[in-house]
Amino acid sequence: MNAFFTGIVGAFVEAAQELRIHRTRVLLSLVGVAVAVCALTVVVGAGAIAQQATVEISERFGGRPASLALQVNMADGTQPPKEMMDKAWADALDRYAISYASRNTQASQNVQFVDGVSMVQVQAVDPEFGPMRRILLDDGVWFADDDAQRLAPALVVNEVFWQRLGAPALNTNPTVTLLGADQNALGVVIGVYPTNMWDTEPAMYMLYDGYVALADTEAQANLWTEYSLWVPPEIAEELRVSLESDFSGALGEGATATVYRSDIGAQGQEDPFLAVKLVIGGIAGLVLVLGALGLVNISLVTLKQRIREIGVRRSFGATSGRIFFAVMMESVVGTIVAGAVGVVAAILIVRSPWLIEVLGQGMLTDLPPFPIEAAIIGMVAATAVGALAGLLPALVAVRVKVIDAIRF
Amino acid sequence: MSLIRLEQVTRTVELPDSDPLTILSGIDLEVSVGDRISVVGRSGSGKSTLLNVLGMLDSPSTGQMLFEGRPVSTFSSGQRDRIRGRDLGFIFQQFNLLQGRTALENVATPLLYATGRQFWQRDRIALEILDKVGLADRASSMPEQLSGGEQQRVAIARALVRGPRLILADEPTGALDIETGEQVMALLDEVAKESGAALVTITHDPKIAQLADTHYHLVGGVLSAVDQSVMT
Repeated sequence: MNAFFTGIVGAFVEAAQELRIHRTRVLLSLVGVAVAVCALTVVVGAGAIAQQATVEISERFGGRPASLALQVNMADGTQPPKEMMDKAWADALDRYAISYASRNTQASQNVQFVDGVSMVQVQAVDPEFGPMRRILLDDGVWFADDDAQRLAPALVVNEVFWQRLGAPALNTNPTVTLLGADQNALGVVIGVYPTNMWDTEPAMYMLYDGYVALADTEAQANLWTEYSLWVPPEIAEELRVSLESDFSGALGEGATATVYRSDIGAQGQEDPFLAVKLVIGGIAGLVLVLGALGLVNISLVTLKQRIREIGVRRSFGATSGRIFFAVMMESVVGTIVAGAVGVVAAILIVRSPWLIEVLGQGMLTDLPPFPIEAAIIGMVAATAVGALAGLLPALVAVRVKVIDAIRF
Repeated sequence: MSLIRLEQVTRTVELPDSDPLTILSGIDLEVSVGDRISVVGRSGSGKSTLLNVLGMLDSPSTGQMLFEGRPVSTFSSGQRDRIRGRDLGFIFQQFNLLQGRTALENVATPLLYATGRQFWQRDRIALEILDKVGLADRASSMPEQLSGGEQQRVAIARALVRGPRLILADEPTGALDIETGEQVMALLDEVAKESGAALVTITHDPKIAQLADTHYHLVGGVLSAVDQSVMT
């Protein structure tokens, strides 16, 4: 036991001595490994952010898992009368105790800006729509339940809209006139959401009931409403079947209710990002293999210069196992240090605001923490590369004939 | 007490296009604790091969080698390595100091393969031995900062650091001038005597060989004892 322990410590001491003595060579060879590990870790870490951004963007359109979309058509292709539909909707939410549900309709609304009237795209929703679709705000707040009681409807506007208003501070309760056919209303801007690069037109969210109250008769008649629910994935399928049945029954003969999964997780793939992960993993693996090949190359070349030293050590009583282990350890100790440097560099890169902005496209609400698996993968990869890169030189070192080595 | 005994040892090497080459032939040699043995021979006479066989770095082709009465051929490779580290000390003609390491680190290197106190207190032990060869003040010097004589003294310290029972010196003064060579040999002889280790010196220099008590000639791979009166 004592011999084993001193053997292990001795091998570490030897490896540390070798690293110190050949530090220039080691540094040069390990730069490649550090860069490779850094690249691998950055790719994994950045991949997590990019994946999260993709998830969030897709969830803004299709909802979070599991999102159900309800469509009801009468026999003539129209939607059922609003009162009937509202009652059936309220009953269903109550029956199944669904907390996250929203009506959603898209329309346009004339808005009076200081530089004239503009037709603004409006999306009328319920307050739960915000968390259901990860609505990200630059400033202000999303709708609350009591906003429905406001006489002046609350508005959450995009950045273009807000700039057209002169970018007022939201705590001054900036208002804007909403022009109606019969009457005008004053809207209060309570929140501002970021605008995509390609979006140059003003747009806004209103509460569904507030918008309907403001719309004229014709607009109300043409209103096409979508119904969305966000439910636990494990009950989604059962609920989908029940809701179809319930709505078809509640709305009478001729009504056809269709409920379907609208989130990206329901598109039939187990992991919708598998292809992306495989590509990213493949590139990272390739980078690491190149780093390892560089290390093996330098280790083998260096070993040629150390054959006499190995012979001298053998004459001191170093066993072939000890020589093998020491040469391996040199490589492993070096690559672990390089791996740690690479991982730290990767963390700094991945957490840099610039990269987060680029990868997240400015739309991230939940910035994922630096993936611990990326750091672990980086360190494990560095250690594995060290062991593999050390294996070949170690085998060569063991095969050195002591007599020849001493005379080398 | 017999430490090593060679009985009718031969060493041949296979050559690709000719008959096997016999390097050592019918060697009988016994080395006991405290012996002072010199082997003189010309270049190519098989001196280094004999030393390698004695140091268990090479194996006889035929014949038998015994270590403390036990056939070395029955030892595993690991056993031979451990015996070499524990009981044998090598001194080479070209010193073979490890580059990039100080004199102290060079002397301490064999202790990396030891266990217990020798391992954990290797620097202190190495410094004591360096002091014994008069180089304590050069402990932190690199090999290239030492003269040839100093380098060989470091090599002697390194060979003695684990307290071997047999020191094998292969042309220990071959790379030194005459005066330095004599000083180094005197030192080697003295520290070997102090430690009680046997000393086998291989040399082509009769003056160096004279320091030993028992003398052999190696000619064409055949070892023969030399009459003491001839040497003096």
